[in-house]
Amino acid sequence: MGFLDLEGVRKVYGANTVVRNFNLSIQRGEFISFLGPSGCGKTTTLRMIAGFEIPSAGTIRIDGRDVTELKPNQRNVGMVFQSYALFPNLTVAENVAFGLKVARRPKDEIARRVAEMLAIVKLPELGDRYPYQLSGGQQQRVALARALAVKPTVLLLDEPLSALDAKIRISLREEIRSLQRELDITTVYVTHDQEEALSMSDRIVVMSDGRVEQIGTPFEVYNYPATRFVASFVGTLNILDARIVDPASGRVVIDGQEVIAGRGVNGAGVGEVRPMALRPEAITLDGGNGDRNRMQGTIEEVAFLGAVVRIRVRFGENAVLLDTFNNPGVAPPPRGSRAEVSFGRDDLLLLQDSAAD
Amino acid sequence: MSREAELAVVAPVARSGGRRSWAWLGITPFFLFTVLFLILPTLDLVVGAFQTPDGSFTLDNIARLNQPTIVSAYWISIQVSVASALLGALAGFVIAYAVVLGKLPRPLRPFVTTFSGVASQFAGIPLAFAFLATLGPTGLVTALLDQYAGINLRALGFNLLSFWGLTITYLYFQIPLMVLILMPALDGLRKEWREAAAILGATPWQYWRHVAFPVLWPSLLGATILLFANAFGAVATAYALTGSSLNIVPILLYAQIRGDVLHDPHLGYALALGMILITGLANVGYIWLRQRGERWIK
Repeated sequence: MGFLDLEGVRKVYGANTVVRNFNLSIQRGEFISFLGPSGCGKTTTLRMIAGFEIPSAGTIRIDGRDVTELKPNQRNVGMVFQSYALFPNLTVAENVAFGLKVARRPKDEIARRVAEMLAIVKLPELGDRYPYQLSGGQQQRVALARALAVKPTVLLLDEPLSALDAKIRISLREEIRSLQRELDITTVYVTHDQEEALSMSDRIVVMSDGRVEQIGTPFEVYNYPATRFVASFVGTLNILDARIVDPASGRVVIDGQEVIAGRGVNGAGVGEVRPMALRPEAITLDGGNGDRNRMQGTIEEVAFLGAVVRIRVRFGENAVLLDTFNNPGVAPPPRGSRAEVSFGRDDLLLLQDSAAD
Repeated sequence: MSREAELAVVAPVARSGGRRSWAWLGITPFFLFTVLFLILPTLDLVVGAFQTPDGSFTLDNIARLNQPTIVSAYWISIQVSVASALLGALAGFVIAYAVVLGKLPRPLRPFVTTFSGVASQFAGIPLAFAFLATLGPTGLVTALLDQYAGINLRALGFNLLSFWGLTITYLYFQIPLMVLILMPALDGLRKEWREAAAILGATPWQYWRHVAFPVLWPSLLGATILLFANAFGAVATAYALTGSSLNIVPILLYAQIRGDVLHDPHLGYALALGMILITGLANVGYIWLRQRGERWIK
């Protein structure tokens, strides 16, 4: 049992199931991201943890206490909203103090806690300002301070950075992560930005169409996607249709060229055509050496991106994108030329079509 | 060059301020109307309030306002206006809240909006007769209540041709007006504020007390004052309903200018000036309070 547990959680609106059989156990102090496209059910799941939505089925426990039916104000959970949701009629200090004030904490304790929280989010001088007098980044820091002021047991963040510009987003996500580590607070973070999820999380829950596609560390999710959806949503991944030759040895054929999937293709039948994943950075534009897979193709596109050159090589029905570092001494190969690419056997992964409900 | 192409080329020049905008022409009739039928008549009556019939300056018209009948008329007018504004604001708020935030069936909203739009403009003689036909001494509702429920409104002290009768009649257009004004204001209360307050531990009452009411305060106040002014200036409904049995300022003013035995237009001007000052003061108060209430809005 974890600190925050979701067991068999479902959410149904009429005939529409938006969250299907969601199971997750989060440890105390862990930073978990729910990653997926719009409408995948990640925000609904977060809102069920917050208490804004009641699950149609399943149980939610926080620190062993069943909170499934409790109202939001009975859960001691903090939440940061995408739109900040600061109270416009209250100053920064009053916003941060709100939770303590409604809990009728002593005034000196409130003042001390507000000062402490504003110092933590690096806005100690802005207590007298109103939300409209702050930038988006400052407003989100205040929202974070307000959520943390009541010392919640779990912190929920619903796409908190999506309304900010790229530069602020990067600096603020580093701050959120370091603050979370400092306070050791169990955190659930909803995002559709894979870079955010990969850079901040202890574990990522990738969701699609109301179901969990994969749960794993950023390393696992990025390098070993479990399903076709994860492979296409996380990073830029090549997906190749391969005909299975020998499931035991991992031999498969792609556009008439035989290669080996080092991790095997267990579960696939001989002659089946199954999706395989291959990361662009795992492919090199040479024959390679040792026991690497090698395939011949034609350079179809060359995109110069500065430090990186992205090349598309077509084999037949399938094509791969590969990234090479720019070398001022060597020009990229011309379009239409023949090329041989190579990749490690372990880099070619069999994908499931989708996770089971 | 096509017409569309011409417009596309010309538009940026017009926006840059290099050419005179024809948009002013569009609102000229409005300004003309305002000047002819609001500004000039107001100036005329302000000047007339300080003139004798032969045109010389006098303070006598103003001094004559301080007679018991007129002071009483102002006082009753203010009471009727305050009562109908406060009751209208309260009822209108409850209805608007139920429609916007009360999770009622969605089709109800356009129905309420349409009805309110019509009812808020339904005043004057038709409204007076509608109320006489229903709640008057021989009205349908009065008779039904008496016959089937044993409730004799007259015996209970209710008289449509009285202070409360007029107030209830005014409520017919005051409540829908409040509903129309408040619905967009309630729409402006963001769901995230309520959720943020809840997750911080606030009860719904604490949320309304610390966030929603302060945010709504300028709208509530503005709408209530508008309702006050709406009732204070209403004459046709009051006159058709009560004739001269209820002594309120618009009826007294009407009596001075319509040309019968009471004909004294300059006293009428002074009465109107008093009405302008009262509604003006109400508006100044509203602006001051609104600025205080909105100091946190950009």
